[in-house]
Amino acid sequence: MYAFIFFLTFLLIYTIFAVYAERKISAFIQDRLGPMEVGYYGILQTVADLLKLVQKEDIVPTAADKKIFKPAPVIVFMAVFAGFAVLPLTSGFKGAEVQIGLFYLLAIISLDVVGILMAGWGSNSKYALFGAMRSVAQIISYEIPLGLSVLCVIMISQTLSLQEIIYQQGIYIQHLDEGAVNYLFGIKALGIETTNIGGILTWNIFRAPIFLIGYVIFFIASLAECNRAPFDIPEAESELVAGYHVEYSGFRWALIMLSEYGMMLLVSFLGAILFLGGWNSPLPNIGSFALADWTTGEPGTLPGHLWGGFWLIGKALIAVGVQIWIRWTYPRLRLDQLMNLSWKYLTPAAIILVLLSALWRLLMI
Amino acid sequence: MSKKGSYWHNIKSTTSTLGAGLKLTMRHLKDARKSREPMSPKNENYFDRQTGIMTTQYPKEVIPVPHNGRYKLDCEIDDCIVCDKCAKVCPVDCIDIEPVRAVDEFGKTSDGTPKRIYAAKFDIDMAKCCFCGLCTVVCPTECLTMTDEYDFSGFDFTEHNFAFAEMTPLEILEKKQAFEKFSAEKEAAKQAAATSAVPGTSKPRIPIKPKVRGGSTPVQQSETEKAEEPKTFRPKVPMKPRVPKPKGNDGDAQNPENE
Repeated sequence: MYAFIFFLTFLLIYTIFAVYAERKISAFIQDRLGPMEVGYYGILQTVADLLKLVQKEDIVPTAADKKIFKPAPVIVFMAVFAGFAVLPLTSGFKGAEVQIGLFYLLAIISLDVVGILMAGWGSNSKYALFGAMRSVAQIISYEIPLGLSVLCVIMISQTLSLQEIIYQQGIYIQHLDEGAVNYLFGIKALGIETTNIGGILTWNIFRAPIFLIGYVIFFIASLAECNRAPFDIPEAESELVAGYHVEYSGFRWALIMLSEYGMMLLVSFLGAILFLGGWNSPLPNIGSFALADWTTGEPGTLPGHLWGGFWLIGKALIAVGVQIWIRWTYPRLRLDQLMNLSWKYLTPAAIILVLLSALWRLLMI
Repeated sequence: MSKKGSYWHNIKSTTSTLGAGLKLTMRHLKDARKSREPMSPKNENYFDRQTGIMTTQYPKEVIPVPHNGRYKLDCEIDDCIVCDKCAKVCPVDCIDIEPVRAVDEFGKTSDGTPKRIYAAKFDIDMAKCCFCGLCTVVCPTECLTMTDEYDFSGFDFTEHNFAFAEMTPLEILEKKQAFEKFSAEKEAAKQAAATSAVPGTSKPRIPIKPKVRGGSTPVQQSETEKAEEPKTFRPKVPMKPRVPKPKGNDGDAQNPENE
């Protein structure tokens, strides 16, 4: 229950500031100032926008299929928000502690497609339908490299529980499994044990350096999952007006925007958990400087909660920042380029990575 | 090693170009800490700043414009002699002047020109103005100038009509009545003079005028206009008293009289 209340408020506040950050970063990249009028340096601009959106009339087109049109944004948001249920924010803050958390997460995120298709189909508008078709084609294509890159992590971690995956990437690895140890780069033959060193050296991208590529694949695929530029052909402003949500207004539109930003946050969280050590500190123990001990906190204690929340939210927000940075750098991919990238480059690379992960796992034990 | 367009070459070139793109935007993001100062385009350092935020927050910061820019018109009504030249030269008729003749010279402009006509109305409709600046050129007292103010947007077209006349309706009425009274008196005095004073000197003059015209003008007109002119020209004679209003049209008809 506390996870629900926390993530709902967190998501709302995060969205307000993420939209602000997006507008500011895009402005700075383009040598502009961005919103400057509402509040100091325009900080309340998004709050004002939100208030406007809530007050706006909820327009439903006459020709729309109302039974499908109306609930679509709710389904999109539900699918994204349900994903937050299994996120372990800190060592003690577990949310729904399910053993198959990762599997559930991938499954529930895919439901998002249903909502998008409903929105596009129910709008009875050609732009919305185009957008929805493209979105579905894109999300389903990119689910494969995404799923495969996640599979690599599962093979290395030997678990589907997100909390366990995080525990393995830090100094508290023995908290769940007494005999577990970490080696540098995950290679036992090197004989350098990093169990008590922790920090960045025990993150998955260091436990199995092939995950550096894995994270890149995951990140690219997750961008496509969020329908974000450069994979934003479903929303392509310049050709489809706004894609599948072109007919929406007011609160329903706000809900779709909220789920888009929520999705960004969710995949950033997931990337941080799977590859970047979750709530574990990036600082390793060096000799008498027990930086990892100082900046992680005993699981279940208040410092554990605070440090854990700080590191995980920090990592996720940095990833969101990179997503924004990428959006304002790259032009949109054409549909054929999009499919090329997914099927010719990312999917083969991810399949090879799965094979390498299996081999790497053999080195680790 | 790998040919252009091949699989591995694609991966390599994509990675390097994507990296270059990210670097470029990151550089702009870093440069955004600096902002451009509002600077006049006449400043020689105007093009020096190529990085940083280029936006000026318009109503708060203003880029200085040259003083000789052609923007909003301003009329110094105290210096105006209501000569009506600006209204005549205006290609879009955006200046609307209503003159009221004064009984006598009632003041001087700052350059010493005597003022004999009141401006009951001196409206400039900037919504019509084409910013050619001709009116400022013809103005003999230089009371009409173009200022460097360009922001006079409003919610209605009528807000673009700027009234420069300062007379109240009562004043206008008073001046009009005063002039009417004066001209009526003058007329009365003239008639009184005409009836009482020597008739021989003034009467012969009137018949002379038509003669002069009948003799001279048709010849002149026929050079430029059709042969029918003499017939139609005659009715123009009674128009003579209206001369003060349309100067340009009757200019030709006046000349012979002066000669």
